[in-house]
Amino acid sequence: MDYAAFQSELHRIYPPDRLLTKDAQLAPYESDALTSFRSRPKAVVIAADQQDVIETVRLCHRSGVPFVARGSGTSLSGGSLPVESGIVVAMNRLNHILLIDPDERIAAVEAGTVNLDISRAAAPYGLYYAPDPSSQPVCTIGGNLAFNAGGAHCLKYGMTSNHVLGIKAVLPDGEVVQLGGDSLEAVGPDLVGLFVGSEGLFGIALEVTVRLLPKPEAFKTVLAAYHSLEHAGQTVAEIVGGGLLPGAIEIMDNLAIQAAEAAVAAGYPQDAEALLIVEMDGEAATVEADFERVMAIIQASQAYQVRTARDDADRMLIWKGRKSAFSAVGRLSPDYIVQDGVVPRGRLAEALAEIQQLGEEYDTRVANVFHAGDGNLHPLILFDGRQEGALERAEQLAGRILEMCVRFGGSITGEHGIGVEKRKYLPLMYGEADLDVMQAIHTQIDLQGISNRGKMFPGS
Amino acid sequence: MNASIIDASAIEELQEAIRTRTCIQPYGAGSKTALAVADGQCTRISAAGLSGVVEYVPSEYTFTALAGTPAAEIERMLIENRQYLPFDPPLAREGATLGGTVAAGLNGPGRYRYGGLRDSLLGVQFIDGRGSLVRSGSRVVKNAAGFDLPKFMVGSLGGYGFLVELTFKVMPMPAAYTTLRARYPDIETGHAALVRLTRQPFEIYALELSVQEGLVELLVRLGGATGTLAARKERVGAVLGGARPEVLAGEQESALWADLRDFHWLPVGHNLVKIPLTPKRVLPLEAELAAINAPRVYSAGANLAWVALPGEIDGSDAIAAILVKLGLGGLVVLGEAGKRRIGARNGETFAQRVKQALDPDGKFVEF
Repeated sequence: MDYAAFQSELHRIYPPDRLLTKDAQLAPYESDALTSFRSRPKAVVIAADQQDVIETVRLCHRSGVPFVARGSGTSLSGGSLPVESGIVVAMNRLNHILLIDPDERIAAVEAGTVNLDISRAAAPYGLYYAPDPSSQPVCTIGGNLAFNAGGAHCLKYGMTSNHVLGIKAVLPDGEVVQLGGDSLEAVGPDLVGLFVGSEGLFGIALEVTVRLLPKPEAFKTVLAAYHSLEHAGQTVAEIVGGGLLPGAIEIMDNLAIQAAEAAVAAGYPQDAEALLIVEMDGEAATVEADFERVMAIIQASQAYQVRTARDDADRMLIWKGRKSAFSAVGRLSPDYIVQDGVVPRGRLAEALAEIQQLGEEYDTRVANVFHAGDGNLHPLILFDGRQEGALERAEQLAGRILEMCVRFGGSITGEHGIGVEKRKYLPLMYGEADLDVMQAIHTQIDLQGISNRGKMFPGS
Repeated sequence: MNASIIDASAIEELQEAIRTRTCIQPYGAGSKTALAVADGQCTRISAAGLSGVVEYVPSEYTFTALAGTPAAEIERMLIENRQYLPFDPPLAREGATLGGTVAAGLNGPGRYRYGGLRDSLLGVQFIDGRGSLVRSGSRVVKNAAGFDLPKFMVGSLGGYGFLVELTFKVMPMPAAYTTLRARYPDIETGHAALVRLTRQPFEIYALELSVQEGLVELLVRLGGATGTLAARKERVGAVLGGARPEVLAGEQESALWADLRDFHWLPVGHNLVKIPLTPKRVLPLEAELAAINAPRVYSAGANLAWVALPGEIDGSDAIAAILVKLGLGGLVVLGEAGKRRIGARNGETFAQRVKQALDPDGKFVEF
């Protein structure tokens, strides 16, 4: 089927207001949160319900036209970058919360549901959905699922894949499958586990069943300022090594602190070289006891200023600074790349020193915000895309950082996924046989390679 | 070819065995007796020779070990640093290996606190049906690169590859435990108490509802700093309702959980079936089981039922019909059963596509 015939078939499924083909309509879909990559699709269809998605995928399969499912376009790895010869399926209208069952502690939602809306719907029952990527007020669960999104609290609570119990999905050839169910337990290979994090290569999730947790009854949050990143890193090692399991442990460096402070005035000490945020959450008595131990470690550390959140509003303010850090860094520089590598926790200080050195070598500023508790770095590489060669230099620096993460025994991505951005680095982590097997699975599920083409695999 | 056992200790030897055989059944220590029953036509390949810890850095809370390593050996290693396997591997005292535990997809009562195998397994190395040695996942606690084959291998029952090496994350062990045991006049009140408890923000380590010989008991295990336990126990007690619960501590407490984990409650001559479910499916299953004298334990906050079926009832057939009716699936884990995966299934066509990719010649026996 040629594209004209394909398009006339699309018109049968979608009314004109939900089938976008004009340049001005397509422009907003050209890129996601990885703004340095752009690609204009042939059309964007706005699915109104699951049937629209299924019919669209089947049509694409018959026609061999690539499709990219898109939620809110918050991917930092270019996960929803369109394909020029293909279409984008906008999922945002599939945002129905189908079920909140407090006794089963589950929610069933459509894939276009916004992450935070699940917690809002569960709140009257004292429950919430744990994974909290910084974009949670806008990002959708379908995107979270495709890229196995993390967040500040995954040290204790895990990533998206630890919270998804069941998936209804349309595979790239139009087959609709139900994977998993609503129990924490299963018999047979963990198909849900394989589907989560497959970066859209296995088709489009339509409905997702997630587990809900009782809201922690108590939080204790502390902010500690250090004159060096190394000292902050040592404190993290002592907390984790002491058998404590905070809900979150975050570190920001001076550049990130300044950016966040300028953006949201969280009250961060601007002269600090490193800011450590530790949050304990859970049952009140446990939080109380464990927080005392955390405070003892921090007080004995090199922290020159320590601030404990007075109340919930103060706690939210501390987090607001951290969660806005990525966008705030935009104030410091016209463009930036966020990296997402992971190193063993014991090598954090070493990794940070090397990143600093690399920044100097490439004459490029790097701001650091990271999930210190699980060794997940987020170096923000600042550059000005208008300067010739700046993007290339930034990308080279990013590559060097990823090489370092692998050399230290870590990973090239903790929670943002490979997307288009890190494709060429996947072979750093996996050998030929490993990649062959992944490719073989991909081929079995999507022979034509039409579902989210160009993501994950090098040269794809 | 007659059935035979190969006990390989070198990876190349294993690869060669897999390349040259047409039907392979991976085998660990045989602690899951029903799953270990030999398929007459197949070559059983034992992982017993693949034993030992490859890497353990206590401060990273991760370790890597060969698949044939006994889980008990790992637990002894971890306890030195007050760490433990949060999925609480069942049958560890019967010799259960790490690989067998992963392949069978079995979690003990402790999985309630920090999740099961799927939440702890970070990386795998396995030999696929073509004899290739394949690595997936990583050795760090957070990783989103590539397809998550470590998770896929949990519960894969040896049907997709031969597990060689596994990397897990582990957890700090609480300073102390205490357990509350509450008795109920019937399953309905016991079940209601369980549901009430799961809605509370209590940090419970294990939550089991046991139904044996007309006795309905709820077991609640708390862990943490010693000083917090007394007050927390009171709060849990208040939610349990009914008569004042019995409090267990010390050796008696740890023995209770060790015995539950290894199914010491299973009467002689019974088969054991694992049935994933949710709290609301407990009472419908109870109604179906009423006619059968089947001791049972609802584990992990009633996300799982362990049902003991008297040997004279053919385990697979009697329960399979019930499961199909309720839309549940099951796995016969202990016994001399014929069929092992029983009841409802989903995602089969998806699983078959992965099978085609990993084992195109269908060498690994599937249940």
